[in-house]
Amino acid sequence: MIEFLSKRILMGIVILFFVMLVVYAVMYSLPMSYVERMAYDLSARPGSLKSSAEWLAELNAKYGFDQGILGGYFIWLGSAFKGDFGESWQWTVDVTAKFKEVIWYSFALTATVFIFEIIIAVPLGITAARKQYSTTDYSITVIALIGISLPTFFTATLLKLIFAVHLGWFDMFGMQGRNYLLLDDFGKFMDLCAHMVLPAMTLTIVSIGPLMRYTRTNMLEVLNSDYIRTARAKGLSERKVINHHAFRNTLLPLITILGGTLPALFSGALITETIFAIRGIGYTSFYSMINGDIPFTMFYLMFIAMLTLLANLIADVLYAVVDPRVRVN
Amino acid sequence: MSGQTNDYLVEVNNLVKWFPIRSSFLMRTIANVKAVDGISFKIKRGQTMGLVGESGCGKSTAGRTMLRLMDRTGGEFTFDGQDVFALSREELRKMRPRMQIIFQDPYSSLSPRIPVGEIIGEAVREHSIVPNSDFDDYLTLVMKACGLQEYHKDRYPHEFSGGQRQRICIARALALNPDFIICDEPVSALDVSIQAQIINLLKQLQEDFGLTFMFISHDLSVVEHISDTVGVMYLGTLVEHADARELFENPLNPYTKALFSAIPYPDPDIKMNRIILEGSIPSPANPPKGCKFHTRCSECMEICSLATPEFAEVTSEHFCACHLYNDAERGARAELAAKEAKAEAAAKVS
Repeated sequence: MIEFLSKRILMGIVILFFVMLVVYAVMYSLPMSYVERMAYDLSARPGSLKSSAEWLAELNAKYGFDQGILGGYFIWLGSAFKGDFGESWQWTVDVTAKFKEVIWYSFALTATVFIFEIIIAVPLGITAARKQYSTTDYSITVIALIGISLPTFFTATLLKLIFAVHLGWFDMFGMQGRNYLLLDDFGKFMDLCAHMVLPAMTLTIVSIGPLMRYTRTNMLEVLNSDYIRTARAKGLSERKVINHHAFRNTLLPLITILGGTLPALFSGALITETIFAIRGIGYTSFYSMINGDIPFTMFYLMFIAMLTLLANLIADVLYAVVDPRVRVN
Repeated sequence: MSGQTNDYLVEVNNLVKWFPIRSSFLMRTIANVKAVDGISFKIKRGQTMGLVGESGCGKSTAGRTMLRLMDRTGGEFTFDGQDVFALSREELRKMRPRMQIIFQDPYSSLSPRIPVGEIIGEAVREHSIVPNSDFDDYLTLVMKACGLQEYHKDRYPHEFSGGQRQRICIARALALNPDFIICDEPVSALDVSIQAQIINLLKQLQEDFGLTFMFISHDLSVVEHISDTVGVMYLGTLVEHADARELFENPLNPYTKALFSAIPYPDPDIKMNRIILEGSIPSPANPPKGCKFHTRCSECMEICSLATPEFAEVTSEHFCACHLYNDAERGARAELAAKEAKAEAAAKVS
């Protein structure tokens, strides 16, 4: 096991190195250059003693852009290795500081959605599979398909129309109510939660479908197997047949895909966060990218790449935990 | 066993199982696959009934329907004097340990995520077959009886070979202290040397525990070896049912004759008198009218395509559904057939 883990971690480091190289190359080659724009701004300021070309050369030297893609990448890598990811150009604070500030909003939002997704979609999928081709099955499938088909922005707008405009229960967007500053700590927390309801609902609705369909398919496969027939023939109660025998065997493929969604917990929900003006990581990274903020984007994508690698590793380890066949070999 | 005097543990009466074929649009039933189309037989306590037939003739479906692993379409199954189809869910669950099933594929019929001891013992605990204090000893006893070792308890099914897996399946069924076990082609997934071991194990267990078996198979030599009576199925119906020796020596139905003529004889010098059936097995969704076998029968008569032959007792304890034996002189004809068969056997020997 230790050999397996260390091998995978070493492999992960190599993969990470090349992934970041590709990311850097892409960011470096983007047509809009934040540095160029900054050079023009600085030279246009009253009292500027240097021309824009001089500013550009100075800034390029400062950020290591005069060294070409590889050179620049190694400069970034060197400082990143020391834990210094630089200052974000777009947000004018340390990359890590900005990241820490916004990540928890996204994490809270996506983690909530993740939990709701599982506790809604998995039982629905199991129910649909148990009553295959019944009215219940078709209703669940239709609802899931509606969820899959509706675009996020449409669902979000629809929810806003119902819950914000007609019912007036929640605010349309933002993270704080108008009385936020007057509330005590608990009140502030509840206010924040209230503002997360609609985004969380939107994300849950659009994400239930695939997981439910996946659960249903896997459960059907298991339910039609001989060992379930055996379990029934043994005279076990139906609850035991489903929970003990069937669900255990459905768990394996579920864990694989749920493990794969771990990075999504931290990558934020770009569209939903933008529509509801939630200053989470999705919203922040989106603005960093379109403005060519290389330090922030590099850090963010490195983080996601590491999470993806970690998620794969965790999924493999979990596989061994739940599947005795993998455990022994 | 209950104190009833009834000789027959299992009585199946006109069992029917149809699978609906639904139209893809309105989900209306447009036809039925008549997998089991009215079969009747009885099995005496402590005996083995072999059920043979081509693939797809409804043997396995019959077994599964009897145990209510599928809903029946019609008919009755009386087990030890009780109407199984009349039981409520809970009553059926209580009844289940008494009638067990062993499936064909020992690979798919064991849950890969559950250790062997749990597979065998789970239902023992659920039905309180033995007191909790004796549980471990009982489990060991059952496993030993089936040729498994105690240390196998904590292993997972994938660590066993096909033959051992089938032993696990048998131990699993046996642990519930059943009266009746349906063996649904228990050896056809195994290679021949293992087949013999498993068959002998089943025979041994039958002797030791007084079990009643229904042995579903398409392997005639295996069935001949293990069965007391044999039923032959064709396209969802039972065409012949008799004592095993009687049936193999004196098959009446032309289908049975054709089937038995395909048994290989271990002597290259003997010219086998094979009856080759024309065409292929008709679709069970649209079986031929009259006698279902008339499209392929070498002795087809006019009446065969018009009327369904009755499944009747031709000679004592020898049931057959065929118009050849269905008129007034059917007994005489059967005797003639028996004589012919004997003469043929004599010719073969000389």
